[in-house]
Amino acid sequence: MNNKLHCTRTILTVFLKEVKENLRDRRTLTSAFLTGPLLGPLIFVMLINVTLNRELDKAEKPLTVPVIGAEYAPNLLSALKAGGVSPGPAVADPARTVQKMDADVVLRIAPDYGKSWSKGESVQVELFYDSSQRDAGTTVERVSNLIEGYARQQGAMRLVARGLSPSTAWPLKVAKRDQATPQSRAVLMFAMLPYFFVITIFMGGMYLAIDLTAGERERQSLEPLFANPVARWKFLCGKLAAIAVFSTASLLVTLLAFAVVGQFIPAEKIGMELDLGVHFAANVLLLMLPLVLLLAALQSMVAAFAKSYREAQTYLSLLMLVPLIPSALLSFMPIKPQDWMYAVPLLGQNLGIMQLLRGDPVTATQIVLCLAGTSLAALISVLVTMQLYRSERLAISA
Amino acid sequence: MIEVRDLHKAFGEVKAVDGVSFTARDGEITGLLGPNGAGKTTTLRMLYTLMKPDRGQVLVEGIDAATDPLAVRRQLGVLPDARGLYKRLSARENIDYFARLQGLPEELLATRRDALIEALEMQDIADRRTEGFSQGQRVKTAIARALVHDPRNVILDEPTNGLDVMATRALRQFMTKLKSEGRCVLFSSHIMQEVGALCDRIVVIANGRVVADETPDALREQTGEASLEDAFVKIIGSEEGLAA
Repeated sequence: MNNKLHCTRTILTVFLKEVKENLRDRRTLTSAFLTGPLLGPLIFVMLINVTLNRELDKAEKPLTVPVIGAEYAPNLLSALKAGGVSPGPAVADPARTVQKMDADVVLRIAPDYGKSWSKGESVQVELFYDSSQRDAGTTVERVSNLIEGYARQQGAMRLVARGLSPSTAWPLKVAKRDQATPQSRAVLMFAMLPYFFVITIFMGGMYLAIDLTAGERERQSLEPLFANPVARWKFLCGKLAAIAVFSTASLLVTLLAFAVVGQFIPAEKIGMELDLGVHFAANVLLLMLPLVLLLAALQSMVAAFAKSYREAQTYLSLLMLVPLIPSALLSFMPIKPQDWMYAVPLLGQNLGIMQLLRGDPVTATQIVLCLAGTSLAALISVLVTMQLYRSERLAISA
Repeated sequence: MIEVRDLHKAFGEVKAVDGVSFTARDGEITGLLGPNGAGKTTTLRMLYTLMKPDRGQVLVEGIDAATDPLAVRRQLGVLPDARGLYKRLSARENIDYFARLQGLPEELLATRRDALIEALEMQDIADRRTEGFSQGQRVKTAIARALVHDPRNVILDEPTNGLDVMATRALRQFMTKLKSEGRCVLFSSHIMQEVGALCDRIVVIANGRVVADETPDALREQTGEASLEDAFVKIIGSEEGLAA
C-alpha cells in the first residue's frame, strides 16, 4: 500500500513538473490553446459561409448567360428571361469561354432553328459547360431545366393542338422522393470535422511530446534525470499524462469553439440542421479519450527515435498526415459502416462523429467497440514506447 | 564506498572500458585521471547504472548495481558530464524536482535544499530561472540537485570543466568539505594539478585500462619523478590529452 502510494507520488511529481514547465512556454501554450484548437473552427466557419452563400446566391440571383444566335429563337429566350436567366452578348469561342471560366455556361442556337421549328421537326440547342468546375453545376442545372421545361410545354401545346392528350407522349413520369433529412444533408459538408478534432488533439500534445523526449535529450537533461532512483516507466507515465492533459484541454477548447461557432452557420437556410451542442461535445470527448492516449504514446515513440528537437518536429509533421486517411477515405468513397469498423482507431471515431452529426445516436456496442479498439492500440503503443525508454541509447545525448 | 571490479564495455568494435578495477573509500577523495577519450565518462556511467557493463561488477555500499540498480542510485549523488538543467524552472524548482524524485518528504526537502543553497552560496540565484545562468551557476545548481538527498557517495564527472578560477577554487573547497563529512567522493578530471592537489588516491586510466592506482606521493616515488606532471607522462606513456 505504502509502496503504491509512493509510486503514484513519483508519477505525479513528474507530471506536475512537466505541466508547470510547459505552462511557462509561450510556443506550447499558443499551439495548445490558440492556434491548434481555434484555427480549425475559424477556417471551418469561413469555408461553410462562403459555400453556403454562393449556393444561395446562385439559386436566387438573376443570371446572365452568353447566347450565340439569340435572334433565331426569341420565344425560347423569353422563357429563359421569365425564369430569371437573361441572355448575354454572344461569344466567339464557347468552348474556350467555359474552359477559361469566363462564363459557367454558354447557349448556342443553330441558324436553322426557326426553319426547323416551324416545320415541326425536333431541333437542337447546345449547352457548353465544364463539369469539372464544381462551381458551375448549379448554373448549368438551372439553365438546362428551364430549356427542358420550355420544350415540354411546347410539346404539350402541339399535342393539344392536334387533339391528343399530352400523356400520350409521356406515359411515364418520375416522381423524386428525396429521403435526406436536414441533418444528413449537413453531413456531406461536414465530412472533415472529425479530422479537425484529431488534428487539435495532435497539435495540443505535439510540442510537449517533442520537448519531453527529444527536447530533454537535446538539452542533455535526460542523463541526470535517469540517475534518480526511479524506474524509467514511471517517468514515461508522468510525461504521457502531461501530454494527454494538454491535448484534452485543446480538444475541450475546440469543442467549445465549435459550439459557439455552430450558432453562426446559417445551415437552416439550405435546409440543414446542425447540432454542435453539449450532447455532441460530450459524445465526441468520450470517443476521443483513448485516442488522446494513443496519440500521446505514438508522438513520444516517434520523438524518442529522433536525435534532436528539429528532427522530431519533422517526423511528427509526417505522422500528422496519418489521421487524414480515414477522413479522406470516407469523404471520397462512401462505405456502409459495419460494427467492426468502430474498433479500428481513427476510423471508429470518424464514423461515430459522422453518425452524431447525422443525428443518429451511437449505439452502446459501437461505443464499447470504439473505446476498446483504440484503448488496445494505445496500450500497445505505450508498451512499445516503454521498451524504447529502457534503451541505453536514449539517455545519452552526445 | 564504491568498488569496481574488472569492468568491460565495448561500443561495436571500440573497447571503451577494458578491465577497470578500483575502490573509492569513505572519507577520501578519489580522482579518476586520464586523457580525453580514456574511458572515464563511460566508467562513471556504469557506476550510476545508466549503462550496463558487458562484464564486471559494480558495488556501492555493498549493493550490486546489476541486481538492484534503484538501490544503488539511492546511495549516489551524481553530477554527470551533461548538466542538463530545466531552463524554464528556477534553480530552487530544479532542486525540488530531484528531491521529490528521491522521495524526500516535503519538510526535510525544504531544510536540505536551503542548507545546500547556503553552502554553495547561491542565495542570489535560487529563485531565478536557470536560462542564462553562467557555467558556474549551472554547476552549482546541478550539484545542489545531485546532493539534496544527502548521499554517502558522490560522483562528479569533470566538475571543474568550463569554470573560472574563483568558481574552481570554491568547488574544490566544497569537495574537501564533502570529504570531511565522511563521504566517499569520486571525481574524474583530465587536469593533473587539480587531481594532485585534491586527491587522497589517484586512479589513472588510459585506453580503457587502469595504469596506476596510488596516493600522489607513492605515484612520485614509483616513477622516480619529482613532479607529478612528469610522473603522469611516464605512466601514460605519452603527453597526449593531459592539461597542466
